[in-house]
Amino acid sequence: MTRYAMVIDTRTCIGCGDCVVACKTENKVPEGLNRDWIVEATRGTYPDLTTEFRSERCNHCSNPTCVTLCPTGASHLWDDTNIVLVDADKCTGCKACIAACPYDARLVMHPDGYVDKCTFCHHRVAEGLDPACVSSCPTRCMYFGSLDDPSSEVSKLLRTRNYKVLNPETGNEPNVYYLV
Amino acid sequence: MTEELMVTARANELIDPSLHIWTWEVAMYLFLGGLTAGVMIFAAVMALLRKDEEAPFASQQLALLAPIVLSAGMTTLFLDLEHKLFVFRFYTAFQVTSPMSWGAWILILIYPVATLQILSTLRKGFPVTVPWVARWAVTRVIVDWCEAHRRQIALVAVPSGIALGIYTGILLSAFSARPFWNSGVLGPLFLVSGLSTAAALVALISREKSEKELFTRIDLALIVAEIALVGLFLVNLASGSAQQIEALQSVTGGPYTMVFWVLFVGIGLVIPLLLEMLEMRGFLKSIAVIAPVLVLIGGYALRQVMVDVGQESSWTRYETQYDAGLLKRME
Repeated sequence: MTRYAMVIDTRTCIGCGDCVVACKTENKVPEGLNRDWIVEATRGTYPDLTTEFRSERCNHCSNPTCVTLCPTGASHLWDDTNIVLVDADKCTGCKACIAACPYDARLVMHPDGYVDKCTFCHHRVAEGLDPACVSSCPTRCMYFGSLDDPSSEVSKLLRTRNYKVLNPETGNEPNVYYLV
Repeated sequence: MTEELMVTARANELIDPSLHIWTWEVAMYLFLGGLTAGVMIFAAVMALLRKDEEAPFASQQLALLAPIVLSAGMTTLFLDLEHKLFVFRFYTAFQVTSPMSWGAWILILIYPVATLQILSTLRKGFPVTVPWVARWAVTRVIVDWCEAHRRQIALVAVPSGIALGIYTGILLSAFSARPFWNSGVLGPLFLVSGLSTAAALVALISREKSEKELFTRIDLALIVAEIALVGLFLVNLASGSAQQIEALQSVTGGPYTMVFWVLFVGIGLVIPLLLEMLEMRGFLKSIAVIAPVLVLIGGYALRQVMVDVGQESSWTRYETQYDAGLLKRME
């Protein structure tokens, strides 16, 4: 199984939102819905404040509870990777996967009603390209690649930089890493 | 101080600002599913204990309600689906790790078992059907067989009913992403609540004095068991992780405090418990209808409060500057 990861440098990210726009454009996400978003985390007491920007999306977990709890197999792993996709033709819209996601990263597609989510742009990954959000980042703070390949950019960054993932206590083993 | 603010507009319907994917449809299904489980179990147990005399309604007629109540529940469940045309997909797969998949198949199992239960007491419970059964050889053979195998059918109905009653609780408890639900007590709690509502239903409908008393007594024991399980559930949350402690605050001072304590615990458990205890001692017989009605209301309230609080409890909570209502007003 190939384990794909996204590595995002919170020290370079300025929270411009281009990744969000790129995703909506690339994947034709309907008005009012978002597969990714940006969080601005402020810590400290004025005037000693620090700000961290995080571009967030589905974590394509190694232990994806949305897949294990889906009753029909609609939520599945793409092509022997950790990329979690939804097969719209198998989805009943029961929303179990939405409740199962600790990151609230899923959404109900309008007007159809099946569940939708970030795909890590697997259609681009299949062609050897980066996801749209990564390609469009003007500060080049986003990286995408395989963790199985020790020479990939993402592997190197995780070897050399301090990082965190969101809510590791869930046990879901998320694969979006934030450099801190 | 830590403040986490969502700075791009995310207002995914049903997800933001906090999860509200399941509403009354799912709560009603969980309630009716539990009630069906209790109906099947009591009908079967009364058959096994040969209570035809003491509890004629429960042992001979009650089972008829199982497919009716369950169908009503499945209808509300269907109403909840967002991608309705693909409902058949529940039956083109079996996902062993998904309680919902187990549930879908358990529902399919319930219908034939309940039908056999009904047929095994059809002529006794509903004498009007006797000439109809006699009319065709095939109905005679089938009903004769079911009557002859009443015990065996009941022995299958008990575990089927337990599976139905307990899976609805396990379904919610399996969501590790929802701290309020993530407790193993939920399965037994939902099963006991289902049994309690079914006992209340029998006490409400039965015309037989001995049967009303028997089921009031059974319900009394079940309410006590349910209160104990609710206590364990709360202790489990209070002694849990930070997320669970935070989730518990929804019902201990938070927005669902009144619904949980007044509607579910007070009106749904404690008041009927007291009323039934008084009835047992011979008081308040003339208003014996109140306690079972309250138990039924409490059974629904349990499902509603669980569904509401559970989905709001989360690992992720961001403030958002964006007003989702703006999009609607622009249309």
